[in-house]
Amino acid sequence: MIVDSLEHHILDHARFHLNIFGYNMSITDHLIFITAMSILMLIAFPIIARLKHWKINSLIEVMVLFVRDDIVIASMGKEGEKYTPYFCTLFFMILTTSLVGMIPFSKTVTGNLSVTGGLALTTFLLVNFMGIKEQGLIKYIKSFVPAGAPPLLAPLMFVLEIIGLFTKTIALAIRLFANMIAGHIVVICFISLIFIFTQMNLISGLITIPPSVGMSLFVNLLEILIIFIQAYIFTFLTAIFTSMAIHEH
Amino acid sequence: MEMANMGAAIGAGLAIIGAGIGIGILAFAALQGIARQPEAIKDIRANMLIAAALIEGLAFLALIICLLGILK
Repeated sequence: MIVDSLEHHILDHARFHLNIFGYNMSITDHLIFITAMSILMLIAFPIIARLKHWKINSLIEVMVLFVRDDIVIASMGKEGEKYTPYFCTLFFMILTTSLVGMIPFSKTVTGNLSVTGGLALTTFLLVNFMGIKEQGLIKYIKSFVPAGAPPLLAPLMFVLEIIGLFTKTIALAIRLFANMIAGHIVVICFISLIFIFTQMNLISGLITIPPSVGMSLFVNLLEILIIFIQAYIFTFLTAIFTSMAIHEH
Repeated sequence: MEMANMGAAIGAGLAIIGAGIGIGILAFAALQGIARQPEAIKDIRANMLIAAALIEGLAFLALIICLLGILK
């Protein structure tokens, strides 16, 4: 039963089945929610940025300033300031698509490995693009091997750096995915405890209700904290990887 | 199937032990640093979160593998 409810709650389900040239292009729950959140951000953020005397304006402004001062400038230095829009987009994308999953009857879009994989792929492209743009292709490839490395070790270090480039991307994707899905699994497990104990007998089921509801409420609140921390960490790690690529080391 | 479930459960437990030790050492060092230099709390907290995320990422990697063992 737990596995069934896990599958129903966490996995993606197709609403309309579409088959384009043999590829499965179904309109799924996650697709609907990520499109809705993207459209919401595309409409809401330009309006909020232009309306100066709204209270919500200062709320968003605090977050944007946090991304600029504590993430971008802190890790990339003053010259990184011009890339703030990308990091703001990343931060708010992860934040909104994760927070929408906390509303009942909605789906956590970032609890899908394809979505987080796509986000991590943008990081991978950004890191390589910025490294080639700031250092030039030859210097960027040379910078994989540190300057003082012994010549015998140089090929090994080059291969390790190339592997590390992909590992960093995969680790980013899996970290966000697992963090988002783990909280929901724990909530479902706490709620399922009630049903398991009720099947044994009614009294033990009734006794189990207050602790499991309390614990699932606690995990839900913890999940909101984790969403903010994960959005921060994904953006910060992207900034660190980019700064490692654009500065020779 | 039963063996797969048992293996996944034991694997999850072992992964949590490793991550717990790692996060414990991290928290120990961070709290000691904060206690000695309360004015550096902002930098220490940011760096602690990053390091915690790196450790946690490895633990989650193991847990995903355990989950795949059950759900396949």
